[in-house]
Amino acid sequence: MTNLLHPTRRGLLMAGGAGLLTAALPGYVAAQAAPIKIGFQLHRTGIGAAYGRWYERTAQAALKAINDAGGIGGRPVEILFEDDATDPKRGSEVVDKLTQSDGCDLVMGTLFSHVVMGSAPRAGELKVPYLVCSEGYHVASGALNRWTLQPGITDVRAQISTMAPWVAANLGKKVTMVFPDYAFGHDHRDFFTAAIQAQGGEVIAQIAVPPTETSFTRYFPQIPAETEVLYHVMVGPAVLTFVKELGEFYGTGAKPQLFGFIDSLEAVDTATPGLEFLEGSHFWEAHPRVKAADAGEHESAYRAAVGVDDNGASVSDAADVSTYSHMFSTWETLYFIKQAMEASGYAGPADRQKLVEAMEAITDLPYGIERPQGAKRFNGKTHQVFGSQNISQVQGGKLVKVHTTTIDEGLYEDAVDYTTMSF
Amino acid sequence: MAFGPFLLLALMEGLVTAAVLALAAAGLSLVFGVMRVVNVAHGEFYMLGAVLAWAVTTMFPGPPALAFLAAVLIAPLLVAALAAAADGLILKRLNYDPEATIVATIGLLYILQQAALSLYGPNANPVTAPFEWRIQLPWFGYSGYKLFVVLAAGLILLALWLFMTRTKAGLIMRATQVDRTTAQAFGINVDRVYMGTFALGAGLAALAGVLIVPIQQAQYLMGHDPLLLSFIVVIIGGLGSLRGTLIAALVIGLSDGVISMFFTPTLAKILATLLVALVLVFRPQGLFGAKA
Repeated sequence: MTNLLHPTRRGLLMAGGAGLLTAALPGYVAAQAAPIKIGFQLHRTGIGAAYGRWYERTAQAALKAINDAGGIGGRPVEILFEDDATDPKRGSEVVDKLTQSDGCDLVMGTLFSHVVMGSAPRAGELKVPYLVCSEGYHVASGALNRWTLQPGITDVRAQISTMAPWVAANLGKKVTMVFPDYAFGHDHRDFFTAAIQAQGGEVIAQIAVPPTETSFTRYFPQIPAETEVLYHVMVGPAVLTFVKELGEFYGTGAKPQLFGFIDSLEAVDTATPGLEFLEGSHFWEAHPRVKAADAGEHESAYRAAVGVDDNGASVSDAADVSTYSHMFSTWETLYFIKQAMEASGYAGPADRQKLVEAMEAITDLPYGIERPQGAKRFNGKTHQVFGSQNISQVQGGKLVKVHTTTIDEGLYEDAVDYTTMSF
Repeated sequence: MAFGPFLLLALMEGLVTAAVLALAAAGLSLVFGVMRVVNVAHGEFYMLGAVLAWAVTTMFPGPPALAFLAAVLIAPLLVAALAAAADGLILKRLNYDPEATIVATIGLLYILQQAALSLYGPNANPVTAPFEWRIQLPWFGYSGYKLFVVLAAGLILLALWLFMTRTKAGLIMRATQVDRTTAQAFGINVDRVYMGTFALGAGLAALAGVLIVPIQQAQYLMGHDPLLLSFIVVIIGGLGSLRGTLIAALVIGLSDGVISMFFTPTLAKILATLLVALVLVFRPQGLFGAKA
């Protein structure tokens, strides 16, 4: 009788052989095509959910395009999406989980600046590259660490410095600002105030609104009557209430010129009833939601890949409007990762430091399907990318691009040199 | 903006807050008064009202006004039915023990919130107002729908008051509130009264949610603020006192409107919370509550 204590010779041989196979197989498979694992910190729920929905779709589309073209360095790529509930504390746990439990090669995708601020220190401790798609000035300001980069989207400071001269020249010089009362809004407050002063204008009132606010009418009487331009930027699930109540407040009466960041209307249809007052007003857009007449040659392919029509809404549901001026950053960040991994000969987590150094060495990023929003310039010292910006006007309920800036207009003096910091 | 119009706008905004708050808090107060249950899940009934209003108006084929009317009728009824089921399945089995029901309703809060997240999703969806009418004053414009909310809330509260004071059902509820055991001895089916009260309380919260949703948007996390403010109102007004709830809602709503306009919304919240603390220290039964 055979049992575990008295094995037969045949049994022993078979068990030994099976053991050898089990041990050798993963190594063999890995050498062939172990996928590169990219962790994606996603705002699937919480106040950033509308952005999260489109960040996921855009990243999936880019992933498919990259894998169809042979992956990264011949290896297939996979993305692990993990919800952070748009919450800073949960955010750092997500970075932890993606890196330690899931074994991701790097982490990317965060938008809301308070989540970036909460998660970046953990990425630094874990020594994992952390590529944010956030627009905040927090990366280039030097507040974060060598492992955190923003290669897919221009930061707020650069965006604003290109907008201020146009606002002063075309709309007016006495500006009142309405902005969310946290890191991202404070970037707007600080840099626009300085930028408009440089143009001979001034900010006559700054109205900070808590990011979780659901009712806005109460803030509008603080707008001084002599205001020439109302500069508004709002985020979160209540943006539609914000613009609607602004419209109700001014009604048919006299109102200042309106200049908004498209954040106030991301994922919102500009033709929504109650938004008629926006007709003729201007918005900053990174990437024009409504396909511009002079759009680049890759615009159509990008829209088709992500599933967005020429009005910037989902091809399957016209009411599902995209976060068009932000979501391209996930697409461009994935291609940036591909470029850096291939340049550094990245093989696994042991090469993470080499990977960051390869990213820091990148400078010129020309226009192409890899960068549908436009050509960019990466500053390895500040870990920040710079691209051109657009101004659109609401005409007949649609956003029509009226002005495009150059990359150079948005450049500013380096505030930090991350390359001198230790890993 | 000059002082006069500024104050007028502050008062109008305050009235809207007060109206919605009074509805939600009346439900909370009723449930506590009659059942002695502190319903922590009350804000989720408000959220469900808003979410169901979105669902009904989305599915309803007719013009916005009719779709909204359908939502006003259907959403609170569905929420009330859900609350009745929760009462029978959970609260009754705990014998309405005050401590146990607090923990149970906390659980209910998360179940309802996460169910909304799973079934409805994380997005904020707008509901079209039944009418687009804007009042244009010389100094500012104002949404006509917001004034309608104040009017509607007033009428609903009046109906609630008539129900409680003029109908047999109201009498039975009040009798149960005064003394449960004696009411039972007189042949009142206390279990049914409790179920009806919990359903009515939830229905009022849901109605507040339906009224607010054309102004805000329906989102699964929207129950937090109304819960907190309802508790503030109910503690100040006196748990179980409808009159106290109404007056406290007006005080909190109007002071919130005025203080947040002339100073900051944060200061308004600080003062409201301070007022709760003072009431709890100096008059624990609330301004209009009966001594325990």
